[in-house]
Amino acid sequence: MPIIITMPALSPTMTEGTLAKWLMKEGDPVNSGDMLAEIETDKATMEVEAIDEGILGRILIDEGTEGVAVNAPIAILLEEGEDASALDNAVPATTATTTTTAAAPAPAAAAAPPTPATAGTAPAAAPSVAPAAAAASGGRILASPLARRMAAQAGLDLAAVNGSGPRGRIVKADIEAAIAGAGAEAAPGAKTTTAAAAPTAPLPGASPFEGEFELQPLSTMRKTIARRMSEAKREAPHFYLTMDCELDALLALRKDLNGRADGAFKLSVNDLVIKAAAVALMKVPDANVGYGSDGIRRYKSADISVAVASTRGLITPVIRNANGKGLEAISSEMRELAAKANDGKLMPEEYQGGSFSISNLGMYGIKQFDAVINIPQACILAVGAGEQRPVVKDGALAIATVMSVTLSVDHRAVDGAIGARYLAAFRGLIEDPMTMLL
Amino acid sequence: MSAQTSDTAFDLVVVGGGPGGYVAAIRAAQLGLDVALVEREHLGGICLNWGCIPTKALLRSAEVYHLAKSASEFGLKIKEIEVDINAIIQRSRKIAKQLNSGVGHLLKKNKVEVLTGHGRLLGKGRLAIEVEGAAVMELSAKHIILATGARARELPGMEADGKQIWNYRHALVADTVPEKLLVVGSGAIGIEFASFFNTLGSDVTVVEVLDRVLPVEDEEISAMAQKAFEKQGMRLLTGVQVKSLKKAAGAVTASLEVQGGKSEAVTADRVIMAVGIVGNVEDLGLENTKAVVERAHVLVDPWLATGEPGLYAIGDLAGPPWLAHKASHEGVICVEKIAGVAGVHPLNVMNVPGCTYCQPQIASVGLTEAAARAAGHKVRVGRFPFIGNGKAIALGDPEGMIKTVFDETNGELLGAHMIGPEVTELIQGYAVARSTESTEAELLHTVFPHPTLSEAMHESVLDAMGRAIHF
Repeated sequence: MPIIITMPALSPTMTEGTLAKWLMKEGDPVNSGDMLAEIETDKATMEVEAIDEGILGRILIDEGTEGVAVNAPIAILLEEGEDASALDNAVPATTATTTTTAAAPAPAAAAAPPTPATAGTAPAAAPSVAPAAAAASGGRILASPLARRMAAQAGLDLAAVNGSGPRGRIVKADIEAAIAGAGAEAAPGAKTTTAAAAPTAPLPGASPFEGEFELQPLSTMRKTIARRMSEAKREAPHFYLTMDCELDALLALRKDLNGRADGAFKLSVNDLVIKAAAVALMKVPDANVGYGSDGIRRYKSADISVAVASTRGLITPVIRNANGKGLEAISSEMRELAAKANDGKLMPEEYQGGSFSISNLGMYGIKQFDAVINIPQACILAVGAGEQRPVVKDGALAIATVMSVTLSVDHRAVDGAIGARYLAAFRGLIEDPMTMLL
Repeated sequence: MSAQTSDTAFDLVVVGGGPGGYVAAIRAAQLGLDVALVEREHLGGICLNWGCIPTKALLRSAEVYHLAKSASEFGLKIKEIEVDINAIIQRSRKIAKQLNSGVGHLLKKNKVEVLTGHGRLLGKGRLAIEVEGAAVMELSAKHIILATGARARELPGMEADGKQIWNYRHALVADTVPEKLLVVGSGAIGIEFASFFNTLGSDVTVVEVLDRVLPVEDEEISAMAQKAFEKQGMRLLTGVQVKSLKKAAGAVTASLEVQGGKSEAVTADRVIMAVGIVGNVEDLGLENTKAVVERAHVLVDPWLATGEPGLYAIGDLAGPPWLAHKASHEGVICVEKIAGVAGVHPLNVMNVPGCTYCQPQIASVGLTEAAARAAGHKVRVGRFPFIGNGKAIALGDPEGMIKTVFDETNGELLGAHMIGPEVTELIQGYAVARSTESTEAELLHTVFPHPTLSEAMHESVLDAMGRAIHF
């Protein structure tokens, strides 16, 4: 019995991904543990590992295909002794529903019955039929009786709902999510049968007088950034607090420490900022929080998400327990994470679940800016460039290296005075940097 | 995936060989993981050796005794029938032993490496195996699942001594049928022992601190159970707290405090303490990890992951409901998530049925009527008594009823609550309905075979719609 290889879910939140690259071609022998393909998930690129062995009989999804639903068949593996004729029986009709980057997602023409004959051979073999595709082809939508009734009562078209149950079945939770999300997303009754927007469709508000352009399809990462940033600005009432910090003592300390490193490490100002931000969180733990509808999450350690502008887009690898780590450890960990981010190799546990974020655009000469909060965290610190500015000291004009920082705060979780106390603690550490080493 | 660098490196190490741990280990082996299972005492855990199974063996003896005593009702004459407690206990132990070795075979068949000893976490992905307090081996694993279970909760000053004060473990190897027995706690464990010894002839008193027996069950079921037990001669004291136990030669005197401050003394030969359980969180090396322990349980996310990457906790250790089948199911979910199996779903505890094997039996799944109303549901309730069921009458066991609770708006089966003959076997029908999200419509259209007890399940749904035929 040929084995269907399906699109894996590489993180709990992943619902679809891009099949970036096939690492094997049709006819190649496959051993358990071989790398079959590269999948681009929400934020990273990961490899799909073979669970079974055999011959890669047929590739069902071309490389470069976006928006491949989790559990959708992507290839067929022939077991030992099977020849290619077994393929045709095994191919689930859902193959026709997949789309490539070049073409708009066309609804499936073929009917898409589940193929129970393939189940049971391997865990990855359970074929799932995308409900939306089935609907478009006039096939049966898999939905629980309760989900059907709730959808009917809410006037919701099941074809517009993604199923999260067994074999993509639409269950109660999906209907509840669809009803809850109806205000924010497209009208529930609309016959939008695929989640991925057609790349050739005109943008909303496109004008006939708009100049010529080349349309770049949205990468998975770009979609995630768009979704998360919109969500943050829509949900979290931001307010902003700005403070100037004198950097001269910190720069001197950095120079001193780097002088002793003997080439073993080179601390950046950013490494010191990470440390100061973390230690300040321990001093003002009320700022080390996240907002959830079920309650305020009071994080126990300072896990600092650091925004990194990778070549692929924005991502925030996390320095965990930064308050307890030495500067050298922070520095080397940051370098490693930034390199991984550039290669798209960060693992979910490396970029998810921080307690506080830092975005530093100082190296670009930005004096001051306001960052968008990285929800569910309540605070993000936007760090500007350190530059020589005139300051008044003891009633006289003097020159100091000054860095402006702006804290964006989610007012649902943190009030103004707490934000101010946090910034004061942060400035204290930056201006008297030995104290952060205590 | 199974790049084994040495004999001591595994993809997955499971600590604890109970129904959570051994099922997790077998499922992981099925998925091609290189698995070791660490067990300090015996495979099958409490469930199989000191819990679910041996108590069922005891209760079966009690049931046969009860039937034999009522033989004349069935047109049979039995001249003499006598309880041999030693033989009853021996039968129960033999059954536990049989299943214990069965688990050993299953693990062997699935090539799970079974290691005997106590597991202690040493830090990220490392585990020591200790025998009599000394480390004998060190393992490394990409993933570690803790499934160390739980034990009886002790109340200070009322600790079980195995002689006059028993916990479930002592009661399972009872050397006598106590003349007078006091059971403290009326949850499943307390009630099952109360039912067992009451049937065998003990004079049983049950003390419950809350205002009703089997307090997690639906109120109507609790009330019916109380009536049934009292009819059998059991004494049930609710809203009563045990203040102290005084041991003297041949008797234990419990001083009880009734709500409102009045006190009373009860004397018994034996006391069974069944006041809940606590997770076995100690001596696991959890302090070396980021896992969080709260009220003697390890906190986990819906995928059973603890705060420490690569460390998971399942079953009793991860919190209530303390049920073997919940532990097994969590084991499978946890392992499938680790192995990257597509389409894994977190456990919905509202779909976990609970069973108590007293006489009459009690079983339930989902929300009680009160909980459903408290959650804001407009409900439709169906009830059907077994006196309206032909099979129950033929069995000579027509006591009890089946209650169903539906959401009036969308027809969801919110909960089902049963008391009566074989209901622990029947509840599964409603559990399937819950997990497939059936509404009353599917249940109404389902054909239930005649004559069976299950017809009462259908009638209960019909009654919720005002359509019961046989009552």
